[in-house]
Amino acid sequence: MAAITPARRAGWTTANFVVVALALIPVLWLVSLSFKTPTAVLDPSFIPSQWTWGNYSGILTSSQFLRPLLNSIGIGIISTVIAVLLASMAAYAIARLRFPGKSVLIGMALLIAMFPLIALVTPMFTIERALGLFNTWPGLIIPYVAFGLPLGIYILSAFFREIPWELEKAAKMDGATPFQAFMRVIAPLAAPGMVTTAILVFLACWNDFILAISFTSTISSRTAPAAMEYFSGGSVFTVPTGPIAAAAVVITIPIIIFVLFFQRRIVAGLTSGAVKG
Amino acid sequence: MAEIVLDHISKRFPDGSLAVNDFNLSIGDGEFVILVGPSGCGKSTTLNMIAGLEDISSGKLIIGGAVANNKSPKDRDIAMVFQSYALYPHMTVRENMGFALKLAKTPKDVINTKVEEAARILDLTQHLDRKPANLSGGQRQRVAMGRAIVRAPSVFLMDEPLSNLDAKLRVQMRTEVSRIQRRLGTTTVYVTHDQTEAMTLGDRVAVMRSGLLQQVGSPKELYDRPDNLFVAGFIGSPAMNFLSGTLEEGKLRTNLGDFPLTDRLRQEVERAKGGRTVIVGVRPENFEDASLVQADVRGHGITFRATIDVVESMGSDVFVYLTQGRESGVTAAELEELAQDSGRADTGGSGSTIVARLDAATQVREGGEAELWVDARAVHVFDPATGRNLTVGAAADTAGSPVT
Repeated sequence: MAAITPARRAGWTTANFVVVALALIPVLWLVSLSFKTPTAVLDPSFIPSQWTWGNYSGILTSSQFLRPLLNSIGIGIISTVIAVLLASMAAYAIARLRFPGKSVLIGMALLIAMFPLIALVTPMFTIERALGLFNTWPGLIIPYVAFGLPLGIYILSAFFREIPWELEKAAKMDGATPFQAFMRVIAPLAAPGMVTTAILVFLACWNDFILAISFTSTISSRTAPAAMEYFSGGSVFTVPTGPIAAAAVVITIPIIIFVLFFQRRIVAGLTSGAVKG
Repeated sequence: MAEIVLDHISKRFPDGSLAVNDFNLSIGDGEFVILVGPSGCGKSTTLNMIAGLEDISSGKLIIGGAVANNKSPKDRDIAMVFQSYALYPHMTVRENMGFALKLAKTPKDVINTKVEEAARILDLTQHLDRKPANLSGGQRQRVAMGRAIVRAPSVFLMDEPLSNLDAKLRVQMRTEVSRIQRRLGTTTVYVTHDQTEAMTLGDRVAVMRSGLLQQVGSPKELYDRPDNLFVAGFIGSPAMNFLSGTLEEGKLRTNLGDFPLTDRLRQEVERAKGGRTVIVGVRPENFEDASLVQADVRGHGITFRATIDVVESMGSDVFVYLTQGRESGVTAAELEELAQDSGRADTGGSGSTIVARLDAATQVREGGEAELWVDARAVHVFDPATGRNLTVGAAADTAGSPVT
């Protein structure tokens, strides 16, 4: 590799700076907007001339936002738990067993992951109406789990493949039932994979807009991103830019905390030392 | 404590390959039996069948008097030490060793006492609260042993437990394994591909080749009276030298000289009517510098002159390598397999190189010519077609028969 010359370093620094700026400026703009008064929303200055907490206090006292926020949290957590549980069992089978139709199963999972979501909204809408799932929590949880599974199976089967077969044999010899071997030996070792999967599935649920707006009609099951669409301004003629910006900031904060908190646990390497090493 | 009987055990994999073919062996209570053979000979498969990790295709497995074919591993009361150790990386040494007892719902204080006792035997006491990742290879190996002995099972199975250690540690642990087994008196089946481990550890050694049991016996028996070419070539280091020879005119002709025939061989010759090609096996230590052989012993062997290629002095002995260029070559399926396994292009199979172990007092020099003596009483003669040892004959029938 070539030595890192000052010119090279400067080049990379600039490139990194540009990329980070491009990603962060819209977010900062959003934060700035959320602190502006309704009348100053069209003011092009970056730093608000007049700071206000009004947008935040407005949405955080309104059930139009609080209830959807609760829905988002509940639906997100339930979907994540179910998806990770099912994905780990499926991934374990894929990594360990030879069974007929295994490649078909993997192919199907991939297919689901690649299908454009928007194409499925209309048929799924009809199905949900027919099954009475429309505008309910399960009406969102089921599709979220379905779309989270392919990704989860992929990540987890890679993790399970990494775990030496002999550990399981050892557990069997130590008197463990297959379920005990999975719960006490395999699952703890695949924990980083499960956390990674959980984060990704949760993010997908949390950020989803298409399904949330299509399959809900009231705040009883509408999630936060969809609810923002229904915010109203002070009068019919006011655009609710401020409250929307504030709500966007509020739903971004848990994601940041979530990722920062789990980031360290995603680090693999738990399996080192299992075999001679 | 238990005895294990493998009664006509076979293993056929789903792809049709026969890994173990009609394996018969009876292992006595408290006995230490070694399964040895080159890689792919079916020894690990046999061990896994005893453990219950592989299904048995046909035959009967009896552990402690009860048929165990369909018992799951946890109901067989067997502990196993794996080649990779297979320690649970997320558990401390203490948890690793106590895992089986915990699954068996043993009270905590009992687990602690047992784990600590095992740790004392294995010198692991100060490492009990560390994770496997922070242990050295030798310590991990001891933890794996500890996990087996904590349970006080009726049978130990060990699958090449020392092959991941460096040479020095391996010798040390070999003694350790032997000591622990003797102390606990637990029936043990030990798989290895290393003939040195096989020779030094076991009460009895079972040699396997491509799924077939070749010979079972004490290490000494296998060494002195190998049933066939394969066992002869596999057991012993350096390996036995193989030369081609002819049985004719009441003599065994080789290019080292003519050996007098034993009565048994004479019968063989008579049966074969006239000239017959054979493979002659001589162990390195059955050679000696002719000048160092006592006159009264000399008559039991023959002497020949040879050019010495290489001399390796070990201090206690001297290994010399000689070329007998005129050799036409010895071939047999067994020898080819041995050569492949050991990575040696010619396991003396080509007959061109002979290894001889001489007394340290020898004066032979590299490149010089020397007169060497071969003990004719220790020469083995093999049938090149079947690989059978013609010098021991009847012993071949006892292979695999239950020990009493």
